[in-house]
Amino acid sequence: MLQEHITDLSKYVEPDRVRREVYTDPAIFELEMQRIHERVWIYCGHESQVPKAGDYCQVQLGRQPMIMVRGADGKVGVLYNRCPHRGNMIAGDRSGNTGEFFRCSYHAWTFQHDGRLRSIPMMESGYAGTRWGKGNPDCSMKQAARVENYRGFVFASLAGEGPSLRDFLGKAIVAFDDMCDRAPEGEVEVVPNCFRVIQHSNWKIFLENQLDALHPSVVHQSTGRAAHEVEKDIEKKTGHAPLSYHMLSAFATVTIDKWDNFQTLNYPYGHCILTGYMGLRPKDPDTLAYEETLAKAYGKQRMEEILAVNIHHVLIYPGLSVQSPLQQLRAVRPLGVDRTLTEIWHFRLKGAPEAIYRRSLAYYNLVNSPATLINADDLENFWKCHQGLASDGGDWVSFGRHHGRDIEKDGVVETAPNCGTSEAPMRGQMKAWAQYMGNGK
Amino acid sequence: MNSPELQHAVEQFLYQQAELLDTKQWQPWIDLFTDDGVYWMPADPAHQHWDGVPAIFAEDKNLMNVRMKRVLHPDAWSQRPLWGTNHVVSNVVIEKVSANGDVQVRSRFHMMELRRDDVRHFAGAYRHELTKVPQGYRIKLQRVDMTNAQAAYDYVLQVWV
Repeated sequence: MLQEHITDLSKYVEPDRVRREVYTDPAIFELEMQRIHERVWIYCGHESQVPKAGDYCQVQLGRQPMIMVRGADGKVGVLYNRCPHRGNMIAGDRSGNTGEFFRCSYHAWTFQHDGRLRSIPMMESGYAGTRWGKGNPDCSMKQAARVENYRGFVFASLAGEGPSLRDFLGKAIVAFDDMCDRAPEGEVEVVPNCFRVIQHSNWKIFLENQLDALHPSVVHQSTGRAAHEVEKDIEKKTGHAPLSYHMLSAFATVTIDKWDNFQTLNYPYGHCILTGYMGLRPKDPDTLAYEETLAKAYGKQRMEEILAVNIHHVLIYPGLSVQSPLQQLRAVRPLGVDRTLTEIWHFRLKGAPEAIYRRSLAYYNLVNSPATLINADDLENFWKCHQGLASDGGDWVSFGRHHGRDIEKDGVVETAPNCGTSEAPMRGQMKAWAQYMGNGK
Repeated sequence: MNSPELQHAVEQFLYQQAELLDTKQWQPWIDLFTDDGVYWMPADPAHQHWDGVPAIFAEDKNLMNVRMKRVLHPDAWSQRPLWGTNHVVSNVVIEKVSANGDVQVRSRFHMMELRRDDVRHFAGAYRHELTKVPQGYRIKLQRVDMTNAQAAYDYVLQVWV
């Protein structure tokens, strides 16, 4: 049945439009999981989530339930969360510490942190003369084919073949450099809390929205205006309002025409960057104290370079949206063709003053919590988008904004001056999608 | 000292708080708070103070104002569809009464929410720090520990619980 209607997926994607089934067809979703999410580098978590030997957390890669675990040797590995005996999940909790080994709750098989079989109860009496035992790799928990760590951010690929993590990330690696470099100690650590929110829409709708520079002034007008009014009110009373009000009010004060002044940079594999607008260098005492700490750590010139990095969002296709100047990221876990989980984390800049942590924390709470003042209206639109795509009222989704005006050099597509709202990021993502999906054999 | 009169007055106050939310009387609800009052829904039940930690809500009156103004804006897209809530507050236990009449009280709530055609249920514990004023009470802190605070949120919360 599957092959009957998905004969040639390349026909579903044109340079400036995409068939609606790409978002709504459960069979295409299954293929996406096989050919994209269970093959490319997917973000598992940050190593500071598992600081001690035996610490683990569960993570879903494509449709695969996995465990990220810190071994006794200090290495962070990624295993399938499955007992090789009868298929039982090994870790039942979302996170925890497994002690010196994993132990299956069903028949007490035990495994090393790297998944190797450690013991089977009554191994001699029960298994002597059988093919089951320590010599048989089918008796160990299976490892992810590849695991790599860049500056503490752990990725896994479930395919043995493919580009290295660095080659895959390419210039989008700046997401992690920008985040870590802003720390006087050059490292970040996770704030131990994950906001998890389910969207009732296809995973690609979320990713396409991340660098859609036209939507904020339409979708987030209500919060932008509300925050702007209160911001003015606070300024009148106390002289200055916290920066978090500015971050929210910008959604209203940056009017629809001004968003064209920003720029997106679109890279191979569907990754892309939206340049910034956050106004993160006000001349307040907190920022000046932070700059002093940075200058002490790196020297003044390097500090200026670090703070000049102009990023709002980095999208690492197909599963991660990083807001590096505010030290937060959203990992995308597709649950089904119309259900997507986002896992949202905040990081602390090691060595930075408390005030800088609190500034980005305010953004994390206001924008990314389950009581978000911003994403609520996005989710509403994602849901409506997904519902509308079920309609026979049209077969295509268009990505035509500023099409043909983008500037391409060395494989990087830049939006032209004053074309920041170009739908180039969506075009770039779908181009990567088509390549992945076409390489299914 | 606790007394049937005090118990009654505090219960009535908690019911009124919930009623204002269910009837969408945002400004009168905000007015229940002291000028330095805080509405807090912790992300983690172990957290002891609202400030400086991740929180689902951690709002002073200024932020409550932002939320109210946003909800009332005609283009708050997520608020356009039919929605409503229904709170039931119970198990009211006065934990502490100060000499000046301030009260610390814990209770339980159950909130049913309708959005479009879907019903969701939230339940949890309230802890209120109330300060005595001539008109009755004002809220210094409303802590809302949702039983499902750490579970994934199917869609998001839009107004206070």
